[in-house]
Amino acid sequence: MALLDVTDLSVVFRRRGEEPFTAVDKVSFSVEPGQTVGLVGESGCGKSVTSLAIMGLLPKRGNQVTGSVRYEGTELLSLSPDQMRARRGKDLGMVFQDPLSSLNPVIPIGIQVTEVLEKHRGMPRRKAMIEAEDLLNRVGIPDPRRRLTEYPHQLSGGMRQRALIAIALACRPRVLIADEPTTALDVTIQAQILALLKELVTDTGTALIMITHDLGVVAGLCDQVNVLYGGRVVERAGRHELFELPRHPYTHGLLASIPRLDLEGDRLVPIPGSVADNIPWDGGCAFAPRCANQIADCTARTPELTGDQQRLLLCHNPMEVAVR
Amino acid sequence: MTEMLTGRKERIDRLAGDASVGRSLWSEAFRRMRRSPVAITGAVLVAAFLLLAAFAPLIAPHSATERFPQLLQDLRADHIPGAQPGFPLGSDQLGHDLFSRLLLASQQTLLVAVAATVFGMAVGMLIGGTAGALGGWVDNVLMRLVDVLLSFPSLLLAISIAALFSQGSQWTVIIAVSTVAVPVFARLLRGSMLAQRHSEYVLAARATGVKPAAIVFRHMLPNSLGPVLVQATLTLAISILEAAALSYLGLGDPNPDRAEWGLMLANAQRYFDVSPQLSFYPAIAIIVVALGFTLLGESMREALDPKNRR
Repeated sequence: MALLDVTDLSVVFRRRGEEPFTAVDKVSFSVEPGQTVGLVGESGCGKSVTSLAIMGLLPKRGNQVTGSVRYEGTELLSLSPDQMRARRGKDLGMVFQDPLSSLNPVIPIGIQVTEVLEKHRGMPRRKAMIEAEDLLNRVGIPDPRRRLTEYPHQLSGGMRQRALIAIALACRPRVLIADEPTTALDVTIQAQILALLKELVTDTGTALIMITHDLGVVAGLCDQVNVLYGGRVVERAGRHELFELPRHPYTHGLLASIPRLDLEGDRLVPIPGSVADNIPWDGGCAFAPRCANQIADCTARTPELTGDQQRLLLCHNPMEVAVR
Repeated sequence: MTEMLTGRKERIDRLAGDASVGRSLWSEAFRRMRRSPVAITGAVLVAAFLLLAAFAPLIAPHSATERFPQLLQDLRADHIPGAQPGFPLGSDQLGHDLFSRLLLASQQTLLVAVAATVFGMAVGMLIGGTAGALGGWVDNVLMRLVDVLLSFPSLLLAISIAALFSQGSQWTVIIAVSTVAVPVFARLLRGSMLAQRHSEYVLAARATGVKPAAIVFRHMLPNSLGPVLVQATLTLAISILEAAALSYLGLGDPNPDRAEWGLMLANAQRYFDVSPQLSFYPAIAIIVVALGFTLLGESMREALDPKNRR
């Protein structure tokens, strides 16, 4: 039994007057303590919705969440809202994409860190303040005592993201979900934040779910990678296997579209088209319209997941060659 | 709410010892306002008005209701005595000292405007805050009620409400003017609360397991207060105008001895060709005070506008 087990997680948006839309379609994966699992894909592939569904943060209205999310064997999806709230922040932490808009602009950083400590660990404020100082110190914020009294707009982007990580870590959650934590940061800061996350995972044995569209982040951090397309896992592999031989044409395309200086030719290789609004997984492969490797089967019947837990593939006609 | 925040801030400041102190958005806005000539003009006008109102009984040379023989002896239907020693602005149509009445009326204006704004804001924030925090059908019901109030032109609504009372008094004016302000505050607070509801930091706070009530009071409400404060300042100006209008129309306290700018204006208009200054002074007083609050409110709006940050 893994620390966090996600099985057949589906999220269907049901809006009045609109066709139901399946944003996440039977996604399964699991995370062990000290392991980093990546969810990779382009915008609209369902990776953020997956994370919100795990955290129980999707609005009840208009969203139908099915499947199973087990934390140490406890089914999170069947918990009451109050029970789930008690676990958020304590068992499961989350770091968001935009550090500025994810911090409350009118409250000093210190209060935002201590809020969690007071709530989940029942600390009196004075003690929580000392702990908060310690936390900021741990995530590498210089002069933490002063920073506690400052407001988000007075911190730099990297420092804000560190503060957010400190908030997420305040109650030592065993599972941390990072939703594109480096997208809003410039590259040098990105590297620092990734190093920080990596250190946390190895030092504290936190299980990290890394949500990203950035394959560089995947290469640097993830033990196992799940590539999502149209709400489904289309390929799962260990980091090295994935970069060595991507089997799914989509993964292949993602890797081939990374700009490279060491190869001849100056044109980038894009994947044509974009994620379709309505995912037609029924009666065919959703990626088929954009796929260079398409065969007759791709538009005739829905592909099924093949392989074992370590290496999964959802494709009729996988690639056999490495990227260039 | 702001007191609550500053209270917290002080506590951390103490903990932080001598370390330099964070600057809140409010103090940032205040800093920007100090540099704006519009804000300073507004603040000076408002401050002057507040000081005059506070010390009116000390500054005014006479009482507002006393009728003076030396003024009355020259007072005829076609002649109203002008400025003379002891009476800097001369007499009004009843032999009162015009200057003293103008000064003392400022207290009346301040009381009505502040009371109407505070009541309107309190009720409006309660309605809007509830709607914005709970959403769903509560929001729908409350907002449709607000829509009904908003569908009447504000002055017409105020007149209708004031007319419901058989006996006009300053309280009927306050009730009428504050009722008109309620839907404005309700809609404003509800709108900005709804915007906060879907903001990322509310999501982030939920992700740390903060209780819904704490999210409303600690995260959503303080972030929604900026526009409400701006509106409060502007509502003060509108209340002054509306209260004056109601008195002018005879819907306030009808006692002619009472010093009130709108009432003074109404009573003076019959003498407009004989003594235009009788209308001029209260009109100017109303305009200047309303202008002061409006300038202050507008510059506050500008200073709090996130687009102007840094």
